[in-house]
Amino acid sequence: MRQTILFLLAAVFAGILLWNGATILDLPQQVTNVGAYKIIYFHVPAAFTAFTGFVTALVASILYLATGKLRYDAFAAGVTEVALAFATANLISGMIWARYAWGIWWTWDARLTSMLVCLLMYYGYVMLRQAITEPTQRARLSAFMSILGCINVAFVYQSIAWYRTQHPSPVLGFREGGGMGPGLETPMYWNWLAMLCLATILASVRMRQGEFATEIDSLRRQAHSH
Amino acid sequence: MDPREFQFTFYGLMIVWLIITVYVLSLALRERRLRQELDRVKRMLEKS
Repeated sequence: MRQTILFLLAAVFAGILLWNGATILDLPQQVTNVGAYKIIYFHVPAAFTAFTGFVTALVASILYLATGKLRYDAFAAGVTEVALAFATANLISGMIWARYAWGIWWTWDARLTSMLVCLLMYYGYVMLRQAITEPTQRARLSAFMSILGCINVAFVYQSIAWYRTQHPSPVLGFREGGGMGPGLETPMYWNWLAMLCLATILASVRMRQGEFATEIDSLRRQAHSH
Repeated sequence: MDPREFQFTFYGLMIVWLIITVYVLSLALRERRLRQELDRVKRMLEKS
């Protein structure tokens, strides 16, 4: 059952990517004098996928703190790691667009800086998990770290509305930015769906690996007790 | 059209998929290592 769902998700991911990729290729090269804007079709969905992952991990972390069940911690760890890959892709693709549009790779404005801090916090989360071997202590500290990280995620999201930044202000229709133009915004949401399918597959693989690691630990303990 | 525009768009799209591909490869390597470790521990238990 699990494998069937994963194959279905992979098919949906590949289907959307091919069909939507063709749509994006057909879009005009420039929109309101913004060049290389097609990067946004991967830059923004990568951010949305990462944020979806971080918020999902937050819910799982709170559930762990409320119930003490380690499977919520394993879920949060798997989802966070996958979300981190998408967040990294978002930040670096944004830097490439910045080099073209602004002539610089980086500026310390509120959006870019908070996103970098967000990335460092979640890399810290992953390192923290590797450093602590005791499962309950690791789960509790990771859950607190996930909550802190998600507060920063909210700041990253709102930073372009709260501050005048080098990064463009909200453009998307649902953020009251007036939209990108007719037919230009929808392919971005399709790419988000495709990336969500991919992220779900990767998180599922990552969680199965967590189950393997737990099984290995328990077999080792069994071997030592003999 | 500015020729750099296509170049930067290409780099931007490539980097997204490159990072995701590297992550997928790291997952695949980790999976192989865990499976080998699991087999090794199971064999060790069977012997004992």
